[in-house]
Amino acid sequence: MLSMNAIQDPVYRDEPAVEADQRDVQPVISANNVTVSYGDKVALSNVSLHAPANQVTSLIGPSGCGKTTFLRCLNRMNDLIDICRVEGEILVAGQDIYDPAVDVVSLRAHVGMVFQKANPFPKSIFDNVAYGLRIHEMTTSKTELQDRVEFSLKRAGLWDEVSDRLNDSGTSLSGGQQQRLCIARTIAVEPQVILMDEPCSALDPVATARIEELIDELRKKFTIIIVTHSMHQAARISQRTAFFHMGELVEHGETEQIFTTPKDTRTESYITGRIG
Amino acid sequence: MDDAHTGPIDFTRRLRSRVPEYLIILALVACSLVAVMVTVGIVFSLVFESIRFFTIVPVTDFLFGLEWSPQTAIRDDQVGAAGSFGAVPLITGTLLISAIAMAVATPLGLASAVYLAEYADKRTRDTIKPILEILAGIPTVVYGFFAALMIAPYIRLTGTSLGLEVASESALAAGLAMGVMIVPLVSSLSDDAINAVPQSLRDASLGLGATRAETVRRVVLPAATPGISGSLLLAASAAIGETMIVVMAAGLAANLTGNPLDAVTTITAQIVALLTGDQEFDSAKTLSAFALGLLLFFVTLLLNVAALKIVKHYREQYD
Amino acid sequence: MTKSFTEITPALKRRHAAEARFQWIGRVAIVIAIGFLITMVVSIAVIGAGALRQSHIALDVFLDPAEINAEEIKNADFGGVIKAALRTKFSDVTKRRDKRKLYGLVSSEAAYTLRDMVLRNPSLIGTTPKIWFIASDDIDIFFKSHNASGGGEETHRISSKEVAWINEFKKAGDIETRFNSRFFLSGDSREPELAGILSALAGSAFSLAVCFALSFPVGIMAAIYLEEFAPKNRWSDLIEVNINNLAAVPSIVFGLLGLAVLLNTFGLPRSSPLVGGIVLALMTLPTIIIASRAALRAVPPSIREAALGLGASQIQATFHHVAPLALPGMLTGAIVGMARALGETAPLLMIGMVAFIVDVPKSIVAPATALPVQIFLWADSPERAFLEKTCAAIIVLLTFLVVMNLAAVLLRRKFERRF
Repeated sequence: MLSMNAIQDPVYRDEPAVEADQRDVQPVISANNVTVSYGDKVALSNVSLHAPANQVTSLIGPSGCGKTTFLRCLNRMNDLIDICRVEGEILVAGQDIYDPAVDVVSLRAHVGMVFQKANPFPKSIFDNVAYGLRIHEMTTSKTELQDRVEFSLKRAGLWDEVSDRLNDSGTSLSGGQQQRLCIARTIAVEPQVILMDEPCSALDPVATARIEELIDELRKKFTIIIVTHSMHQAARISQRTAFFHMGELVEHGETEQIFTTPKDTRTESYITGRIG
Repeated sequence: MDDAHTGPIDFTRRLRSRVPEYLIILALVACSLVAVMVTVGIVFSLVFESIRFFTIVPVTDFLFGLEWSPQTAIRDDQVGAAGSFGAVPLITGTLLISAIAMAVATPLGLASAVYLAEYADKRTRDTIKPILEILAGIPTVVYGFFAALMIAPYIRLTGTSLGLEVASESALAAGLAMGVMIVPLVSSLSDDAINAVPQSLRDASLGLGATRAETVRRVVLPAATPGISGSLLLAASAAIGETMIVVMAAGLAANLTGNPLDAVTTITAQIVALLTGDQEFDSAKTLSAFALGLLLFFVTLLLNVAALKIVKHYREQYD
Repeated sequence: MTKSFTEITPALKRRHAAEARFQWIGRVAIVIAIGFLITMVVSIAVIGAGALRQSHIALDVFLDPAEINAEEIKNADFGGVIKAALRTKFSDVTKRRDKRKLYGLVSSEAAYTLRDMVLRNPSLIGTTPKIWFIASDDIDIFFKSHNASGGGEETHRISSKEVAWINEFKKAGDIETRFNSRFFLSGDSREPELAGILSALAGSAFSLAVCFALSFPVGIMAAIYLEEFAPKNRWSDLIEVNINNLAAVPSIVFGLLGLAVLLNTFGLPRSSPLVGGIVLALMTLPTIIIASRAALRAVPPSIREAALGLGASQIQATFHHVAPLALPGMLTGAIVGMARALGETAPLLMIGMVAFIVDVPKSIVAPATALPVQIFLWADSPERAFLEKTCAAIIVLLTFLVVMNLAAVLLRRKFERRF
């Protein structure tokens, strides 16, 4: 366990990203027997899933299958819903995040989230990216803040498009740019895990392709869990895939295996387009 | 009815009704024009009487004069026989009391709106909101009474014990009561504005690890600013136009002062003073009330139009 | 890279403290606002409760046949008879000033009470019956405030002599408080112990009746036009903006309109509920229109389509199907508007409804005042005894408002449908 220094230390400066096989093989996220219910309604039952570091794990399945619910459990965004109850155990970097001693604020700083619809704050592009850095007081000087904003925008592949108009409102960007801005905002605080909830569902194919490239690039540095409604997208970008159906995790494993030799007939039906 | 099925159907034939439909439409149009006629009536009567007033007292004297003493003397050779009609002390008095009221209502209204919209659970919200609304439903004459008979003596007592000189009818007493009165106006409109901020923005902020307070202060409130400022403008307009509280608690002394412990008077209080009791309709004193009324109408109208425009624009932005 | 999610760094501690502070600010604001409300209502209610009881004093009155001529009872000097009774009871009082104080124990109304009693029963003449009279205001206040505590000191309003007299009545059981029905059954008076709210209530009732009769039909018709028939164009927008602005015009401006147009141009009777009602109607109109439009909007389009599909004209669809469904909502809006009109004071001052009205107005053109104006007038009166009358009148006004608003809530609940 390292302290805040690890975060404040500008790891991002020049070291090359660590490759997956060099890191410990222990999964960054492991969920064990997770059951989620809204009031009387069970939304997710008995899900166990492990997501290894520096890989993209896709969560697929027909709408209403519980994949977004699961995703929102991973940084406890479900806490915002009063009637939502989570049972079971979710470990992030080996820590049980539903332990009462866990501070959701520091959890969410380490497990960032990108949402279905791009939601830039009605602030300038710069302030959008600087937001997390400011609230977590991660920079000590103005130049450092500027550097980090620039670095994050570059990493999100947006810098070239916005470098001359950082003071424009974030909402003035196009849909794809807005979503990349949201990604830049998320990676600025250097989380370990990025959760993405159908980040491309509102975008055109060109913008989608750019985000997909970006996700592949980001995987070198972050662990990514992505909910997607598109099987093709899952096949294109992820190393691992989990198939959810009616609140159950039907099957999960290497993406290639899921798409070529699914073990469960329901997975096969979904992939071949018979359900969903 | 039976014969309707015999011959060929004529689709151009109109079914008979007892009252011709165009008459009904005409009546409906007339009714909706009543509201317009009221506005026209207000504008015309105020402008007409004001013009008569301005033939006696020049507009510039009225708008920029520093002294207000509308008593016309009985004998012509008396000092100040014509009375002076400088509205500046009334305007400053109105602004002073409204400022005190806003200083009370803005923090109270905003803080309770934020709490109710962002923190309170549904049950608390459903209980507290109607109770706050009661504050707006209590007649202003009750606030005036409470301000004059209970708040003012208390302020005076406190002030005197601190060695301050407090007038028995202080701007502070009237302003405090008025401030509480407009709390629900600020809180319910701000509440609407806060609720109109999309949940996705809160999610984005919370998802980055911001606390709720940080989310409210840095994302929700800035995003709701147009709606909130609209609510504050409406509240200010209500404070400026409020009559009974100032008539009962602020008094009639036209002092040009910024001291909240002094007695001041307001535009509305003077209108009441000028027009209650016996009056000759053509005297400058009586007509000046209409000039004050015109000023009041104009200022509140500006505030209302601006507020409604901001609120409407803002609502469209997030819809 | 890994960080414990349970570690509380100083920075995090500070942020959580700020969070807690922020929540407390909200709670405190709500407590202050509601605390003010409770303080105001309770303190007024506590004072106002005193006005529900009125002190009465019993005197043995010798109805001297020499003073009261059985043939001409009306012209007899009953005031003198009562004074004589007081002199008899306290025969040691000789000084003129003290005598005047002594006569002031009972209200000036006492003479009329006695006269009416003798008129009803002339056979009393020559006897010495014990009769209860209304005590005067200062005695009333003194007795009510010291009744519980016993004794009682002299104040700047009550001299030591008066205190002694009261104590003497008390010993004999000849002074007591009774329910003050007079407060609810009579009009205004210069004497606080005689003043009541009936004339003001009647004035308010007449004004509200006029207000409702004008604003409700006009308001719902306007709402129906704007919601169901008006084309979407600049004119409709103008009317809409105009209505929204009218709702925020200071009430006193409506009073000025009433004074300039209704009184001075049309020559309608000053101080009358007719004019008051018209002014209130103009003020209430925007509220009713806005509420009625919301009620119409809540009726689902399927109802309209069903009616139109059966061959109803747009007018028939509106008046036979849509408007009846929206009526409870419209009525709710109207009641809320009426409640606001009931509490309105400023515009009524402009049109002269501030008169001193003793008699209950009999029609909408008779001079009248209204309950909130009565409160304003009493609040201005120097007599200490009017304080509790003012508070009591406020409580009556608030009770009416609560009842009206409750009615609106119940109506809404009863007819609320989920389409």
